[in-house]
Amino acid sequence: MSIKKFAVAVYDDEAVLFPAVKKVRGAGYKIHDVYTPFAVHGLDVALGEKESDLHIAGFIYGITGTCTALGFMGWIFTTDWPQNFGGKPHFPLPAFIPITFELTVLFAAVGMVLTFCYLNQIMPGVKKHIFHPRQTDDKFVLVIEVNENTAKETETFLKTTGAEETNIQVAEADWWFGRFDKREDYEIQEQLA
Amino acid sequence: MLNQEFKVPAKLKTTSLTLLAIGIVTLLAGVFTLLMSHDQMSQNRFWAVLLQNSVFFLLISLASVFILSATSLAQGAWIVSFRRIPEAIGSIVWVMAMIAGLVLLTIVWTNNHHIYKWLEDGYIVHNKLNALKNFFLNRNFFTIWTLIVLGLWSWFGIKLRQLSIKQDSDPKGSTKTYWLNFNYSAGFIFVFALSLASTIPWLWIMSLDAHWFSTMFSWYTFASSFVSGMSMIMLWILYTKRHGYLGHVNDEHIHDVGKFMFAFSIFWTYLWFSQFMLIWYANIPEETIYFKIRMHGPYKFFYWINIILNFVCPILILMPRPNKRNYFVVTLVAIIILTGHWIDFYQMVMPATVGENWHIGWFEIGIVCGFIGLIISLVSNKLTKAPLVPQNNPLLKETIIHIS
Repeated sequence: MSIKKFAVAVYDDEAVLFPAVKKVRGAGYKIHDVYTPFAVHGLDVALGEKESDLHIAGFIYGITGTCTALGFMGWIFTTDWPQNFGGKPHFPLPAFIPITFELTVLFAAVGMVLTFCYLNQIMPGVKKHIFHPRQTDDKFVLVIEVNENTAKETETFLKTTGAEETNIQVAEADWWFGRFDKREDYEIQEQLA
Repeated sequence: MLNQEFKVPAKLKTTSLTLLAIGIVTLLAGVFTLLMSHDQMSQNRFWAVLLQNSVFFLLISLASVFILSATSLAQGAWIVSFRRIPEAIGSIVWVMAMIAGLVLLTIVWTNNHHIYKWLEDGYIVHNKLNALKNFFLNRNFFTIWTLIVLGLWSWFGIKLRQLSIKQDSDPKGSTKTYWLNFNYSAGFIFVFALSLASTIPWLWIMSLDAHWFSTMFSWYTFASSFVSGMSMIMLWILYTKRHGYLGHVNDEHIHDVGKFMFAFSIFWTYLWFSQFMLIWYANIPEETIYFKIRMHGPYKFFYWINIILNFVCPILILMPRPNKRNYFVVTLVAIIILTGHWIDFYQMVMPATVGENWHIGWFEIGIVCGFIGLIISLVSNKLTKAPLVPQNNPLLKETIIHIS
């Protein structure tokens, strides 16, 4: 929960966005985030993002699923309620494999979706500040965190990178629960500042 | 950069010819010691080894034609950067087909019922269900269908390469050949579905155990041959790249082939296990006999090493992303997969033919060397015949700027 000041640049096309990102990073600015209407291939590389650890989380969720399935079925059929199914052993591993497989996939999939949502700050019932109403439609929005001293200068610089629109916004940087905007809050903040 | 003419390195030429010479010497020695001996088991060993190797190397070459057709139909651009390699492998399918055809038809027409037991009169007719197989398992059907299929495979392998080379001299911007290639690919997929993906493995390999049957068998064989085929393509890409060609093939392309090796290893395991589990669960004697000799009998070692090499190794080694981009690791896994699936074919063929008298000795290794040498010398020779980049392919730009 932190309210910060941002310089926002809006671009019309990804062909303009890529040189702009390069220029902004070359000038030494730290990019807060870039919002695009679709997944732009190679943007993560251009932004210098390090590889996500999501797949390691996925592996751990998968292994958890495997252990849950084998452990639970093993406990039921050897200890809790042993039964004879067609003369098979009480721990028939081949027969357990399909369920183990399914549970591995289920745990990995659900766990990764939730982790993905958490990492990207999206979830049903949570809200995040939207820098430009057309950032989910056809505009590419580049955001740099600034303070009072650097705001003007950053905005002027962003104008030179081919942005069709630039502005300064005071906004909540994180997400929050609920469907309400936080406008009132940061208007108060601005008055305080 | 884009007009690279491949020249066979002297070392590769010497190696391949040496391996080929070893193969031929082994074959001749095999004819004099094994085939001409009065010991039935030695004769069986001779034919079974030839059968296994010729079919295995034919099918892994054929996998190249399949991946070309499949990606052409999907209009995949990633393969275009190294397209000439699967094309070169695909265009030697006719040689492998001739060898396999010669071996198979010799077995059938010399009435060698120690290999194909159904050649013996009245062998299958024990009950009504098995009698239906007579339509399928007889000498004429076997011969005609084998010849048709081998002919079509060879023809498509040569045709796809011809079209691709023809495209090089097309006027710039012309997509006529591209769509022609698209249509031929569709034709090949149809042929492939009716041959390798259904009837051919039943006819050539499953019929070694004439009473046993499994509907999964063809898909299982297909997965086995396809994943080995992709590994072979990977080895060729890395080899040519290491010698300074294919400069435009970047880590992303290697990663893509690595994904195929990873995914189809799992797919193979899925099919293998589906076949095994249903038989294990139903526990019907005429079905379980197939696994009895493999799981508990003399083939126990191959049975377990098969799962370790073809499932455990690829899934654990290739799972992390950086490993699929590390040339050493993918080379290692490609060799593991090729070895593993050779063993897979070994344990498909041997129990029904030589039973408990299996060998992996001079004859087996020599014949494998021969086939490897043959493939290397033919493919490297084919690669010199055309530029390594399909110049006029409309997807060329897309493939070169391939990023994650």
